[in-house]
Amino acid sequence: MQPLIRVRGLSKRFGAGCTLCLSSTGPDRESNVCPHCGSVVACNDVSFDLYRNEALGIVGESGSGKSTLVRLLHFEWDASDGSVELHRSAAVPALEDLFADDADYSHNLPGLSPFRKRQVRNSLMGIVYQNPFLGLRMQVSAGGNIAERLLGAGWRNIRGMRKRSAELLERTEIPVERMDEPPKNFSGGMQQRVQIAKALSNKPLILFLDEVTTGLDLSVQARVLDLIRSIRSEFSLSLLVVSHDLGVINLLCQRTMVMKYGRVVEAGLTDQILQDPQHRYTQLLVASQL
Amino acid sequence: MRMRDWLDADDERQARGESRLVGYPFGFMDEGAKREVRRSILKAIAIPGYQVPYGSREMPISRGWGTGGIQVTLALILPEDVLKVIDQGCDGSVNAVNIKKFVQAVADVQITTDTTSATVIQTRHRIPEEPMTAGQILVLQVPYPEALREVEPSEAETRRMHAEADYGRMWLFLYEDIVKYGEISISYRYPVTVNGRYIMDPSPVPRWDVPKLHMAETLFLFGAGREKRIYAIPPHTRVEPLEFEDHLFRVENFSGKACSRCGASDTFMDEIIDDETGERLYCCSDSGYCDKRHGKCSL
Repeated sequence: MQPLIRVRGLSKRFGAGCTLCLSSTGPDRESNVCPHCGSVVACNDVSFDLYRNEALGIVGESGSGKSTLVRLLHFEWDASDGSVELHRSAAVPALEDLFADDADYSHNLPGLSPFRKRQVRNSLMGIVYQNPFLGLRMQVSAGGNIAERLLGAGWRNIRGMRKRSAELLERTEIPVERMDEPPKNFSGGMQQRVQIAKALSNKPLILFLDEVTTGLDLSVQARVLDLIRSIRSEFSLSLLVVSHDLGVINLLCQRTMVMKYGRVVEAGLTDQILQDPQHRYTQLLVASQL
Repeated sequence: MRMRDWLDADDERQARGESRLVGYPFGFMDEGAKREVRRSILKAIAIPGYQVPYGSREMPISRGWGTGGIQVTLALILPEDVLKVIDQGCDGSVNAVNIKKFVQAVADVQITTDTTSATVIQTRHRIPEEPMTAGQILVLQVPYPEALREVEPSEAETRRMHAEADYGRMWLFLYEDIVKYGEISISYRYPVTVNGRYIMDPSPVPRWDVPKLHMAETLFLFGAGREKRIYAIPPHTRVEPLEFEDHLFRVENFSGKACSRCGASDTFMDEIIDDETGERLYCCSDSGYCDKRHGKCSL
C-alpha cells in the first residue's frame, strides 16, 4: 500500500536565516534559535508518510515544532522548504489536475496558489485546535459553524445543510436542539465536539488534531478520545495527532514521531517507542510521563 | 457635436469672453486625470465585478455626495451626449439637480429627464424602470463598494477573500439570517455574483433593480469616490443575486398597489403617508417614467 501523504524535508524558519542556522540549532544544541542570526528554526527536515486510516502521533515538549508542522500541512503558514505530496487515490474531481499524467503523487502542495490550497484543504482536510476559539466562530450558531465548511464546498441548500449539521452534531453527542445556539454558550468539552463535527462536515480524508484534549477535565477527555477513535474507523480517516501527552498518543496512534527543537529525534511504532525508547529525550519523556 | 468642433467653438467663445469654462478644461478634470479614470474603467470592464482602485480626485462637492459617479461621468462625457441624473429615482432632488447643473456648466451637454433619450445616466440608488439599450451607459454612485465589509472589517482580508474566491463567510452570513429570521434580511445593497466569479455590491439599489443587471444590453459603471474604487458590469454579463436552492431571491412585493399619480402597478413605488388624512399613497419612485406616463414632461 502506498502512503496517502508523503512529506519530505518539510522546514519552517522564521527570520532572515544564515548558513549556520541548521548546524547551530537542534536537540544537540538544545535550542532552535540560531545564535548567529537570531532566526528561529521552528521545524527542520521533517519527513514522514501517512497512510490511509492510520493515526500518526507527534509528541514533544512545547516549542518542539509540533504545531508548526500541523500549520504547514494545513497551509496556514508557508513552508520554507520541503514537499508534501498527495496520493492519486485521494483525488476528488475538482483536484484531478493536481496530478501529472500517470503520476501516483500530486505536485508539491505547498507550492500551489492560495486558491488551490484552499480547494485541497476544503475537500480533504479537517482540523481541530486546542483552543476552540481558533476553530469556531463563537458568535455564529453551532449549525452555522458546520454549514460554513459546506458553503465553502459549494452547498446551496439550507435544508440539506441543516440535515447534515444535525447528523454530525448527533454523532458528536451535542443535543440537536442546541444547533442554533452559538458555541460561546457551550462548555469546553462541547465546544471541542462542535469543532470535531465541523472538521468532519466535508468528509475529509485527513484530520489534524492539535492538542485536542489539553485543558479538558479527565472524564471529558476520555469521551472526546473515545469519539475520535470511533469516528476514525467509521470515516476511515487518517489522523495526525499532536500532543504533549503520551497517554493520548498511546491510546490513539499506531505510529509516533518524537520531536525536539524542531527536529524529529525518534520515530517508530508507538508501542516500541513507549516500551523501548532509544533517544535520550524520549527516555526522559517516557520516564517522566508513564 | 464632435469634441474637436466643440473645442474650436469654445475657443471662439473664450475669445469673445462668453465661455463658461474659463480656467478649466472640458469636463472639469484635467486630461491626465480623465485618462486615468478611463483606464480604470477599461480594466473594470475587462474584469467584471472586480473593484479597481483609482486616484479619486477632489471635486467641488464633498466626498460621499456622488463624487465617484461624477468622476466617471466627467471622464466619459462628450459634447454630443445627453445626460440624465437621478437621485433615488427622482430627477428633481437637490443632489441630482446640482450634479446636472455642474456637469452642464463644465461640459455643456444637453440635459433630459427622459430615460430613452439619454446617452449617459448618472444615478444614486435606483435603476430606471424603462429598459435601457446598448447605446446607453448607466453610472451608479456607490457609497460602500465592498460587499464583504459586513462580514470582514479588514480591507487586506477582503481583498484576499476576493482573490481566492473565499466567499464561505458571506454565504454563512446569509445562512444565519435565514436561520434567525426565516428570510434574508438585506433589503438594499443585495450582494450579487458577477460572471460566476466576484461577489459585488450593486450599490444601494433596492432588490427590485437587481434583476435588471443580469444579461443587460447596457454598460453599468460603478464609481465610489470616497472609497476610491471603480467597477463595472459589461453588457450581456451574468449577474446572480446570492440565493439558496430552497430560499430563492425575491424582489419587493407591490401587488395590489398602484401609483396614485400615473396608475402604474409594475414599478418600484415609494410609500407616502398623507399628513392630514393619514392615508397611505403609493407613487412611482422613478419620477421621469411617472411623468412620461402621466403625460407631462418637466423639461
